Amino acid sequence: MKQVTVRLFAAFREAAGTETLECSTAAANVADLFRELCEQHLGLRPEAAALVAVNDEMADWHSPVADGDRVLFFPPVAGG
Amino acid sequence: MKFQVSDTGIDASALSAELEDVRCGAMASFEGRVRDHNEGQEVLRLEYEVYRPLATAEGMNILNEARSRFDIADAVCAHREGVLEVGETAVIVLVVAAHRDAAFKACRFIIDEVKRRLPIWKKEHYADGQAHWVNCRIDDSAGAGTRSGSGP
Repeated sequence: MKQVTVRLFAAFREAAGTETLECSTAAANVADLFRELCEQHLGLRPEAAALVAVNDEMADWHSPVADGDRVLFFPPVAGG
Repeated sequence: MKFQVSDTGIDASALSAELEDVRCGAMASFEGRVRDHNEGQEVLRLEYEVYRPLATAEGMNILNEARSRFDIADAVCAHREGVLEVGETAVIVLVVAAHRDAAFKACRFIIDEVKRRLPIWKKEHYADGQAHWVNCRIDDSAGAGTRSGSGP
């Protein structure tokens, strides 16, 4: 199992009721990790336009998850 | 090139002064302001949440992409965070170029990419006391949002 830190923003944070999660996961990629979280936290659910970053770099949903990673889940953005 | 996130009012004239360049005959600007309504609801104020480390880095990436795509000399963008009242400036983009066509195109490119890519979220506070994250269905069980994408 890998140990990763997850940070949630805006609507994701409010839905989960927390900003930071320390997770033990076997997820191969960040999409699998997010699916795991959706199963664990009532209210957190997939959003088609969500974005993800790993270790402060924008990533795609196929990006691998490595031990010690810091994974940021962004609900659909709405700047401007 | 400069991208900044600010928790106080944006000083457009100060930003404009930074772009003075006698080689440039054109300056295009876009200013986004808080309006008093959205989708039929009266909006009292907006609340912007910004993840600054990535917003700033990705904002600079957008400005550099604009300079490589269009024949411009310089560009700046500033975005607010925190609570904004109706009428306040939320975002400003300024672009200078020798000629107007490149300035207009780059300005449009920058604001479109800012809205599409930066980790910035907007919560609308309505006159009826409700508040809602824009573009997100997660706090909307009626499923009003219909954006498509390649998410999880």
